[in-house]
Amino acid sequence: MIVELGHFALILAFAVALVQATLPLYGAARRDSRLMALAEPAALMQLVLIAAAFGALTYAFVVSDFSLRLVTLNSHTDKPMLYKVSGVWGNHEGSLLLWVLALALFGACAVWFGGNLPATLKARVLAVQGMIGAAFLAFMLFTSNPFLRLAIPPMNGDDLNPLLQDPGLAFHPPFLYLGYVGLSMSFSFAVAALIEGRIDAAWARWVRPWTLAAWIFLTIGIALGSWWAYYELGWGGFWFWDPVENASFMPWLIAAALLHSAIVVEKRESLKAWTILLAIIAFGFSLTGTFIVRSGVITSVHSFANDPERGVFILMILAFFMGGALTLFAFRAGSLEAKGLFSTISRESALLANNVLLAVAAFVVFIGTIWPLVAEMLWARKLSVGEPFFNAAFTPFMVLLAIILPVGAMMPWKRAEIGRALRPLRGALALALALGLLVYALQSGKSALGPVGAGLGAWVVLGALTDLWNRAGRGGIADRIARIGRMGRADWGKATAHSGLGVTLFAVAAMHAWSQEDIEVVPVGGSFHIGGYDILLNAVDQVQGPNYVSTTAEMVVSRAGDPVVTLYPEKRMYPVQAMPTTEAAIDYRFTRDLYLVIGDPQEGGGYAVRAYIKPFANWIWGGALLMALGGMLSLSDRRYRLAAGARRAPAAQPAE
Amino acid sequence: MRALLVCLMLVATPAFAVQPDEMLADPGLEARARAISRDLRCPVCQGEAIDDSNAPISRDLRLKVRERLMEGDTDTEVIDYIVARYGEFVLFKPRASGSGLILWLAGPAMLLAGGALAFAMTRRKPRPEPDLTADEQTRLAELMKE
Repeated sequence: MIVELGHFALILAFAVALVQATLPLYGAARRDSRLMALAEPAALMQLVLIAAAFGALTYAFVVSDFSLRLVTLNSHTDKPMLYKVSGVWGNHEGSLLLWVLALALFGACAVWFGGNLPATLKARVLAVQGMIGAAFLAFMLFTSNPFLRLAIPPMNGDDLNPLLQDPGLAFHPPFLYLGYVGLSMSFSFAVAALIEGRIDAAWARWVRPWTLAAWIFLTIGIALGSWWAYYELGWGGFWFWDPVENASFMPWLIAAALLHSAIVVEKRESLKAWTILLAIIAFGFSLTGTFIVRSGVITSVHSFANDPERGVFILMILAFFMGGALTLFAFRAGSLEAKGLFSTISRESALLANNVLLAVAAFVVFIGTIWPLVAEMLWARKLSVGEPFFNAAFTPFMVLLAIILPVGAMMPWKRAEIGRALRPLRGALALALALGLLVYALQSGKSALGPVGAGLGAWVVLGALTDLWNRAGRGGIADRIARIGRMGRADWGKATAHSGLGVTLFAVAAMHAWSQEDIEVVPVGGSFHIGGYDILLNAVDQVQGPNYVSTTAEMVVSRAGDPVVTLYPEKRMYPVQAMPTTEAAIDYRFTRDLYLVIGDPQEGGGYAVRAYIKPFANWIWGGALLMALGGMLSLSDRRYRLAAGARRAPAAQPAE
Repeated sequence: MRALLVCLMLVATPAFAVQPDEMLADPGLEARARAISRDLRCPVCQGEAIDDSNAPISRDLRLKVRERLMEGDTDTEVIDYIVARYGEFVLFKPRASGSGLILWLAGPAMLLAGGALAFAMTRRKPRPEPDLTADEQTRLAELMKE
């Protein structure tokens, strides 16, 4: 009964979305305030209905209702409760439901926090949100209905893919979806503004928090996924340039560009058309990501059930929204004339350079991802594009970005001089160069990667600190520190997020440059050495888990006779899916991780064992967390809180 | 990620890809072998390098790479040898020749185009302020009356 109610709520949500997508739009064109006002209750209603459907599906998973096809395919009575719940979105249909739930949540947030939006803009924004909702609800109901029953329910289910039974992965998809869907909000604002034919500083101030929120969610989601890959897959990699990883990375890059260009619109009323275009493209990449994951056009591990019918449906959604928005853009872009002019050397230009670099980087990722498809269609060539290509083709743009970042961040608006902007950064530059040289002298190998990464990372972090220090004005140290303490959260956010980027850049370079690896056959009771550590394989036991059997090794790590840590790497076998997983044991330290994996027993006796030393591994995700934290600080800045509270801001308010 | 579910499920007892018994005694040669096998794709998996893959064919390829290295081949010769037998599909880094040039030059070309466009933008002369719309004219007239 509860399941049927959920199914019904979903169908009703589709009907409401259709109303929300059409009537307010018509009302806005006719200046009919009653029709426009319809958007708000419709958006809230959608949230209630989709939340009810989601609740019903969750209930079915929690009580293991195997009469539901989806539950049978993805759950099992022995599964721990956390994974019964996360199993709701560990599959194609359920994850779509989570997707539309996030969409409805953002729509409702636009109602709750959009009190100061002009009525027509608000109605149009919500109508575009309604269109996206209607498209995806139709997609669910017609091709991927999560509420289908089985005529003859089995006694037990097929279990969730064991690789997905992990806390890191349980929370990775919800964050990613909040990010993807958050970009739909920027898209809706862009389309609504194109229909209105008016973009100004106030518009940028409304759209930036949504982009920022989406970007924060994407940052956390990507970091969680990468961390999961690192500890779960058993070879210590953290990023593989898999098509689906790329699908989440492209919107992240474009969202980063968008939230910088929105600053220019907000402060200087320039780059308007470009910002609108970025908002459209960012959501376009979100949809492309959905297409890649769910169509099976590009092979990837992440792909859910690959059904061409679904692929075609998503392609139609993509074509409708991108085609429509870009056509609208072509007609209206000419009228979005910039007000604030700026010289070639200025903060505006620096932000434009940031945008060009981020957009080109996203484009490189895009072309690398679809290249196998293009080559097969045009020249019937089967080829691959993988990690080595992306490392070589993508990295230069990030290096350029890191070089210009501290200088651009300190430039004044309108007109600047490079020499003057560099002056306060001389200390940071000298320190960063010295650090790079020091690292080069210390390291044993010849690779330039380590020194360059260390130098660049230091340059970006020190540059961010210099920027804060410089903003504190003149005066004694105590005065300056007091003033830094009173600075707006946006300033703090900027410094934190930029430092985070520096930390991650350094850590990625360090991981590539200085990882150590050892593969050995070790008998029980035997030991081996890696990077100054002695590792003793003390025992190997069979252990019964809740829904798996584990081969657990006890490995005692010591250094020069002093015990360091005892680690227990596992190899698990999940009998229901007949699938093994490796559970690496990791000793996390500030400057390095020690990463141990137990393998198969060997014919001649003993076990195959893999050991890694991963330098500065935690810093990769630490940097990502700093970036997300910087975004949150910026999001909580006073001007957005004021904007949310104010009810009477006029529509077109000049920036300065 | 590369944890190729399909590949993992095909093989009953997965271990890690490179087995201790495959490794060469000479650490210099072994390092080269590892570097090469990280750039070669497992022909039957969904995007794993032969270095990470557990499929039997990847093991064969890894052994082949080491065999060629032992015979004194250069890295390029080893890669050419494998590509000649398994096709360019096994290359994770497509060659920058022929239509492959498009792939490699797309990024730099976009950067140049974007840079030129951005530069042109900063050079643009200001356009005169657009006239007020009819609505704004009437509103202005109202305000002036007050």
